[in-house]
Amino acid sequence: MALTERNEANREPQGKDGWPPFAAIKIVMSLLEIRNLQIDFGRGPNALRAVDGVSLSLEPGKTLCLVGESGSGKSVTALSIARLMASPPAVYAGGEILLEGHDVLKMKAAPLRNIRGGVVSYVFQEPGASLNPVYRIGSQIKEALQLHRPEAATDAEVVRLLKLVGIPAPELRIRNYPHELSGGMQQRVMLGMALAPHPKLLVADEPTTALDVTIQAQIIELLGELQRQFGMAILLITHNLGLVGDVADEVAVMYAGQIVETAPARELLKRPLHPYTQALLHSVPSLDTEVDRLATIPGAVPRLGGFPGGCRFHPRCPRAQPECTQLAPALIEVEPRRWVRCPWWNPSAWNA
Amino acid sequence: MSQPLLQVKDLKVHFPAHRGSWVRPQGFVRAVDGVSFTIAPGETVGLVGESGCGKTTLGRAVVRLVEPTAGRIEFEGEDLAQLKGPELRARRRKFQMVFQDPYGSLNPRARVGDIIGAALDIHRLAPSAAARRQRVESLLQDVGLDASHARRFPHEFSGGQRQRIGIARALAVEPKLIVCDEPVSALDVSVQAQIVNLLRDLQQEHGIAYLFVAHDLAVVRHLSHRILVMYLGRIVEAGEAKTTCRSPKHPYTQALISAVPVVDPDSKRRRIMLAGDVPSPIHPPGGCPFHPRCPVAEARCQTEAPALREIEPGHQVACHAAQC
Repeated sequence: MALTERNEANREPQGKDGWPPFAAIKIVMSLLEIRNLQIDFGRGPNALRAVDGVSLSLEPGKTLCLVGESGSGKSVTALSIARLMASPPAVYAGGEILLEGHDVLKMKAAPLRNIRGGVVSYVFQEPGASLNPVYRIGSQIKEALQLHRPEAATDAEVVRLLKLVGIPAPELRIRNYPHELSGGMQQRVMLGMALAPHPKLLVADEPTTALDVTIQAQIIELLGELQRQFGMAILLITHNLGLVGDVADEVAVMYAGQIVETAPARELLKRPLHPYTQALLHSVPSLDTEVDRLATIPGAVPRLGGFPGGCRFHPRCPRAQPECTQLAPALIEVEPRRWVRCPWWNPSAWNA
Repeated sequence: MSQPLLQVKDLKVHFPAHRGSWVRPQGFVRAVDGVSFTIAPGETVGLVGESGCGKTTLGRAVVRLVEPTAGRIEFEGEDLAQLKGPELRARRRKFQMVFQDPYGSLNPRARVGDIIGAALDIHRLAPSAAARRQRVESLLQDVGLDASHARRFPHEFSGGQRQRIGIARALAVEPKLIVCDEPVSALDVSVQAQIVNLLRDLQQEHGIAYLFVAHDLAVVRHLSHRILVMYLGRIVEAGEAKTTCRSPKHPYTQALISAVPVVDPDSKRRRIMLAGDVPSPIHPPGGCPFHPRCPVAEARCQTEAPALREIEPGHQVACHAAQC
């Protein structure tokens, strides 16, 4: 396939950062491939690097979970896939985002408009804030159809989509305004709108954080069902490690703008390798196990611009060595398909 | 059983539902509709439920931040619901509140020392400026901050640190009860555990009782001695925290627990899916308020509201079908 050849031709010699994490399993062409992405806020000496050398790859029909706390750069990474981070203030300082082999960062306005919605669709955290309050939900979904599948921009198709995402009595609901729906129903409308153009990739940025656990369970179940039905890939951004076990095939953990660990979901949850992932897993209280005190991570997530030197996790790390304060570790493959940014697993893993 | 610290009896908080601001009410939102429970000294009672179930209103009513419509709130035997003005203010020394939003609950223009010191001033607990400063500094250290932080402003702190300031403010008057309204839900996972541990340490040190309002069952289970589960303004299940989480009796509690995402990939927990949303509290369903979403609803659930009854010692359930 021509695109694959192009990919091969573009392949640079193995960088010091060891991109991309899933190179070993890259036999089929990835739907999404992010290579060494760097995003700054501001220019010149005052630029703050929010995303620093992130590489990800996602195959059709698979689910990748991007886990991280606030300020880790996970949402900025997700938004940049359709170049939704407004520039300025964001500056795409380096790297490439290949969507079906085409670099989104070099795209002109017209093809960019096509892939937004057409190839990659988004669902955000606050469904109430994402919907336009002054239009009926039916016409908002129809707008997505008019842009990408004009032949299907009919009420019947809108009703079909609403039925698909589990909205009861869709024939009546298309006349509703967003405020007449509950949070869970609004999120279903967002999902219906995102699915309308039949995207190949659905980016869900904390889609259930604002919802109750019971509604969260409904939405997550629905996501899985829609994925089976349409075979789309899902990039799920979350800080909830519990969701990872339910839906993810692969997981990437971000901390302070960098990926610190990637692994198949099950293995990461069973045996986390990076000290941050380990601490994160231990600090989540569980319903089933009895502990007297929760394990904690000392300190707080560093703010953008205040990332510590050396390994960015070292001030909070229980295993920090003197070298960790000076030298930045590289993300390296310590076991098949398991990439970790910590010299504990391979003492030669320092970035020069 | 010893004298309870707090005894809430048949508490109701109804809000008028207006369609415009000057029209007469079209009905009432029964946010809290006949709730009774007790808290013993030094005990943590967790209050869980979905959004809109009335848990925050109940927490606020207990500290008289919203006016109760009916019922009694007995604190050390005295009914708070009847108190007003200076008398109520004097009693507030015994019960304090920690709020959900660590950004909105601290005055951005006041120094941390004054935010905490205000509590001391109101209750005249600091005889001199030096004593006030000393007390503020020791409170800051109690919650894991530095004495020098007293001179800083709230914006200089992270979310977790701000929540510590909120806790120090509540502690300043040496209360016997703190109502914590979702104190960790706005925090990062790694910081959440720090605050949970801090709350527990403070309880062991000072013997404070907590009413811990949260939607995260795992956190509530970890901190609480007893759990109250609320649905549409009523308590549907009350019991000891561990037993309630291990073998919940009410179908709503069962669904709530099964919906909590599990980190362990080998967990055998079966998920019970609840259909639909919480119904409107203006027009709650007749009979058992949970029956439209209940997987085991029978005919009589539609007409007959189940009372909260004890099915085993210390474990109450409001469900026709529940057995021990």
